[in-house]
Amino acid sequence: MSETLVTLIVIFVLAMIVGVEVIKKVPTLLHTPLMSGSNAISGITIIGAMIVSGWGATKLAAALGFLAVAFAMFNVVGGYLVTDRMLQMFKKKDGGGAK
Amino acid sequence: MKAALMEFAYLGAAILFIVGLKWMSAPSTARKGNILSSFGMLLAILITLFDQHILGFWGVFGGIVVGGALGAWAARAVKMTAMPQMVAILNGFGGLASLLVSAGEWDRLALPEFPFPTDVAISIYASTIIGAVTVTGSMVAAGKLQEIIRGRPVVFPGQHILNALLFVACLGMAGYLTHSGAHPYLFLALNLAALALGVLLVIPIGGADMPVVICLLNSYSGVAAATTGFIIHNHGLIITGALVGASGLVLTQIMCKAMNRSLANVLFGGFGATAVTGAAGTSAKGSVRPITPEDAGALLAYAESVVFVPGYGLAVAQAQHALRELADLLEQHSVKVCYGIHPVAGRMPGHMNVLLAEANVPYDKLLDMEVINPQLERTDVVVVVGANDVVNPAARNTPGSPIYGMPILDVDKARQIIFMKRSLNPGFAGIDNELFYNEKTSMLFGDAAKTLAALVTEVKQV
Repeated sequence: MSETLVTLIVIFVLAMIVGVEVIKKVPTLLHTPLMSGSNAISGITIIGAMIVSGWGATKLAAALGFLAVAFAMFNVVGGYLVTDRMLQMFKKKDGGGAK
Repeated sequence: MKAALMEFAYLGAAILFIVGLKWMSAPSTARKGNILSSFGMLLAILITLFDQHILGFWGVFGGIVVGGALGAWAARAVKMTAMPQMVAILNGFGGLASLLVSAGEWDRLALPEFPFPTDVAISIYASTIIGAVTVTGSMVAAGKLQEIIRGRPVVFPGQHILNALLFVACLGMAGYLTHSGAHPYLFLALNLAALALGVLLVIPIGGADMPVVICLLNSYSGVAAATTGFIIHNHGLIITGALVGASGLVLTQIMCKAMNRSLANVLFGGFGATAVTGAAGTSAKGSVRPITPEDAGALLAYAESVVFVPGYGLAVAQAQHALRELADLLEQHSVKVCYGIHPVAGRMPGHMNVLLAEANVPYDKLLDMEVINPQLERTDVVVVVGANDVVNPAARNTPGSPIYGMPILDVDKARQIIFMKRSLNPGFAGIDNELFYNEKTSMLFGDAAKTLAALVTEVKQV
């Protein structure tokens, strides 16, 4: 196992721990928006898709990259917008707005 | 230097995601948090787009426009009741993107008889397997939620052995490919086997357990994104993917706890296929007391405190708005009103809160199980609408009941209970509810939306 891989695994594990700590505090009330919101974040694969597609070494790789970008972007845009749509419905008494 | 700047930009994006998620822990800052996180994404995308290594700019740009437009349309069009399916589909698309990235990268690197560097090979095949399972698993989950596919668990003899064999086969193929280089057909076979595994893992899981499955698939989609980061050595991707992976795991654990089941039991138990047979013989049947909307309306109007316990049946009947109208009217009669929400009410974690928020119920009236339970003893009337298993005292009193040990809302401790229901049919889990026969319980039969409208009329006349 190379040193790079070890470093990457270290980063992965530490980020997982941060994630658990942050998410644990989210109340049940917000679990659905949390899921769709974190879902949008998982669309970060789009970075990988753009890089691979951009390298464009083979036609097949470019085509797969294009599709990957499109699906990931659907995930990103759909996820953020639908989360925002939900969150703007959460209001305190007398329609004060969740701002 | 440029590479370092890029890394810092990705780090910046990751920080925005973390702070954004943190702000998600309070309703007052949640919306800002989501917007902050979307800026993180924008930053990450822009920095990648203007990186000089991107040659196929127009291809990338086209993908962004097409995917973005369709995503925006879907986000606007989806109904709040269909949110679980939407999340399942989004999970699936994220997984699919990861799968495609690994396939593209495989094709770019593949040279016959020349093995990849081991690191790259491990990352690519891990990404392939996790991505593929996420794709088909999510699609089956979405199909079950949309009721295109039967919600009942699909079980057959030897299922677990088949799944185990398929999983081992995936690992074997990945190992062979890592060891001996690029064989296109074997790689294709690996993809297909992993896709099949995703289907087989989700079909034995019953519709009622879908909340857990969605959480788990959410976690997979994050891990799939992280493995993509391993392939292209991108720290930003790894950090972000791990965050989402962790978030999915936390939610999975919360859901399992709320149903008092282990994750293994949810995944391999085939719950719902066998529950019906185990439920008989426990019920202390008696007679039920029906109540008319007139009497129920008077009971509510003269109560001091009323707690509504909504379940998914409320959303199916599209009765959230009628419920809020009734609640508003009761408040005008100076009745103290709030809502008790069970963690698994609805079809995904927190779903019921969203559905009620859509009907303009203020969120400070939506109380979690732990908050509302101690207050129920002092509550005059509890109205159960479209919920069943989550208020069934068998979970406390009847060892051997399929739901025994599940945390429930203790509505039987209230002074009076009005149970709104279509009929005496048992709920999703197929278990009889002794609460129907409790002497404090009155049954108000009928369609939830119509009955609530009738109650509104009655309360107005009081």
